[in-house]
Amino acid sequence: MQDILVTKNIHRSFGALEVLKGVSLSLQKGETKVIIGPSGTGKSTFLRCINQLTPPDKGEVWLEGIEVTNPKTDIYKIRQQIGMVFQHFNLFNHLSALNNVSVGLHRVKKLEKNEAKRMGLEALDRVGIRDKADSYPAELSGGQQQRVGIARALAMNPKVVLFDEPTSALDPELIGEVLEVMIKVAEEGMTILAVTHEMGFARSCAEEIIFMEKGRILEQGDPEKFFTEPEQERTKEFLHKITELYGNSKEGG
Amino acid sequence: MIEFLTFFWRILPDLLAGLQVTLELWGISVVFGFLGGLLLALARVYGAKPIYYLATGWIEFIRGTPLLVQLFIIYYGLADVGILFRPFVAASIALIINTSSYQAEYIRGAIQSIQSGQRVAAESIGMNRIQMIRFIILPQALRIVIPPCSNEWVVMLKFTSLAFLVTVQEMMTKGEIIANRTFEFLKVYGILAIIYLIVVLFFTYSLDFLERKLEVPGLGTRG
Repeated sequence: MQDILVTKNIHRSFGALEVLKGVSLSLQKGETKVIIGPSGTGKSTFLRCINQLTPPDKGEVWLEGIEVTNPKTDIYKIRQQIGMVFQHFNLFNHLSALNNVSVGLHRVKKLEKNEAKRMGLEALDRVGIRDKADSYPAELSGGQQQRVGIARALAMNPKVVLFDEPTSALDPELIGEVLEVMIKVAEEGMTILAVTHEMGFARSCAEEIIFMEKGRILEQGDPEKFFTEPEQERTKEFLHKITELYGNSKEGG
Repeated sequence: MIEFLTFFWRILPDLLAGLQVTLELWGISVVFGFLGGLLLALARVYGAKPIYYLATGWIEFIRGTPLLVQLFIIYYGLADVGILFRPFVAASIALIINTSSYQAEYIRGAIQSIQSGQRVAAESIGMNRIQMIRFIILPQALRIVIPPCSNEWVVMLKFTSLAFLVTVQEMMTKGEIIANRTFEFLKVYGILAIIYLIVVLFFTYSLDFLERKLEVPGLGTRG
């Protein structure tokens, strides 16, 4: 299998604070990997380094054989191929759910308006929210907004989707509907790199769990081994803390 | 009363002719002042350092000096160095320059009030800066800016009366001529005040209507 996304030795500092100290990982087509770790560890910064929203100081990002970090690469083209889902949804407030999804197709990919709408509706369908196409973000619940956010990322037909704590701003009872969609998207074969502490999702979808701390990958491995016999003492301690918080082996699907 | 009405009827055509010039002056300064303000605001928010400093310095200079001084510099002052404007043109330039600096600050505030998350999201789907400004930032910022800017636009209507001091034949000038001829100062200026008031009220309610019409569902601040 060919690696779709590769990062090599990503470094990033903010002022004197070195947030990422050399993060390397790779994803094959259709794989799902989950990054966990304490807050302030650089997980979100790492995701933003991948699509250059926060350009790394050092290191390389490759997407299907193209070096994203090369200054000559058209980053706007690359970003169209990397979907991103945000903790706070970040929907465009002045656009209906449908237009939130289709604006990228119409304005960035330059598709005909009707074609963009058709594909937008399709994407809304995939996340089960087609009936809310004409609603505006402020009229939607958090869970519905996040599903629109996922549809917005999917509609661009990306090679990989980055999830940045997609459920951590949601009311507990709204988390389920978003996880359900994420699991469905993973099962449909999308390549996913997710920062999340939803262990149900990690267990049922992830090929690999990556534990990050203080800007480094401390441990990584398949979920079964990772949860049952982690190698590092620190991993054990962290897993213990989040299972206390999020419940033990709840199956997300 | 009858006497007042006949007087009013007799001077009305003259005042309306002046009103037309007033409205032209106002329309030009509001429209071009808004466009100028938009450019200045974009320069302040998105401009490179030199452009930012230039725009900021210009805005501070214009806001820190009286409109009347600006008008006299343009009409009388520049004549000294051989730059001559017709009164209407001089007044238009002064009003545009003045109001654009104030509107720039309202527009800048509106642009900066759009949450950064939306900018990040726009970038993440591959929008470049111009696309992001055009399709995401401005459609929201321009809605937000209607109430504060409408205040400025109303102020501008009243400021057009300063054009009287550079002999533009607008409504104030017409009133002044009539008042000096008839010695009916209270009546003439009273009528002028009421005409300004009517225009302002009409305008304010129209903008209210526009604001409601452009409101994003669920985001309304009117309850």
